[in-house]
Amino acid sequence: MRHSIRISVGPAHFRIGSDWREPLAQLAALYATYPSATGSANATVHLFAARPWRRFLRPAVHIGGDFTIPDALPLPLSMGLLAAEMAMNLQMALGWRRHMLLHASAVERGGRALIMSGQSGSGKSTLAALLGESADWRLMGDEFTLIEPLSGDALAFPRPVSLKNQAIAEMTARVAADRFGPLLTATPKGDIRHMVPRANALAAMRRPAVPALILFPRFGADVAVQRIGPSELFVRLTEASTNYALLGEPGFASLSRMVQTVPALAISYPDSASGLALVEQLWAEALA
Amino acid sequence: MPAERRYRAAPPDALACVPLDALTLVYDRRSAQTHLLATPLPEILAAMGGQWWRISDFAAHLAAEFDLTGDSAAEAPAADQRAVIAARLHELAQLGLVEAR
Repeated sequence: MRHSIRISVGPAHFRIGSDWREPLAQLAALYATYPSATGSANATVHLFAARPWRRFLRPAVHIGGDFTIPDALPLPLSMGLLAAEMAMNLQMALGWRRHMLLHASAVERGGRALIMSGQSGSGKSTLAALLGESADWRLMGDEFTLIEPLSGDALAFPRPVSLKNQAIAEMTARVAADRFGPLLTATPKGDIRHMVPRANALAAMRRPAVPALILFPRFGADVAVQRIGPSELFVRLTEASTNYALLGEPGFASLSRMVQTVPALAISYPDSASGLALVEQLWAEALA
Repeated sequence: MPAERRYRAAPPDALACVPLDALTLVYDRRSAQTHLLATPLPEILAAMGGQWWRISDFAAHLAAEFDLTGDSAAEAPAADQRAVIAARLHELAQLGLVEAR
């Protein structure tokens, strides 16, 4: 690799190598306010040209690293930032062994974590991003939450929030312009714009929190709340985890303890304002 | 005539069992697989102890342990009970939680 940088997000320390300078310059700008990475890297990401001559003729970014998906979509060089984000996600989802990885967003308040899991479009990222902008909450992550197997603590992974389509306007209306990356239009996922978390999220990114409530949000329906029992929660969380099976018995012990001690609810909400109000109400009830 | 099939539960130290609301989580340390068992599979595993069982003997053991031989007119006949228990043992054997020979 001709160029490389190091980036630290929560407990992960990425070394990102690239055949081109541009994607790394964009990454460096996006992560400029993150605590600096020290020590040796524990995840490696490569952005490389499919064939050496393609670097000049028709540049396309392939992604790789400790784990590579051979058919991963090559992206034009103008989407190098997106390729880097995809590669970092891939490394976490497939390569991370130290913690149980949940495909879930999380926010922290008073040392306790609210974890929100759901598919793309469920609103978990937008709800976490909106809560992260309010004074009482700390954004822990919009995409991945790490669970420490022995303690059951939630660890933050506060990468820049990947805002998609309508969520972009919702956040640009509230947040200072200098916290946004470039607008990436017409990507395979639609329009994307990255938003750097608030300073409190970066300063505390290595501070764990005790899981206190797990929500499974669903955007676009009338307000409804349904309790989820421990066995259904276990099934949902194993589905939401990319590495549960790799962790063996410590993962089993951790998850079976979590489903017995942390309350879980499925919620529906028609818009962000009512979603936020519902989350605040359920949080107060869970801690009462 | 072939010998009657016999069954033995996985040794207790091979399994970690966590009963939840409706299901029991069972982690098999030998295969690193997690199973979710609905009743009566966890009860059958526990009742087997460490010994080998023929279906008919195990049916009689279960009948005694769980008082299945009451005088209710709705009781299933013994042959039906044996068929149900054989089906459950077969399921447990397919999951690797019970050995068959």
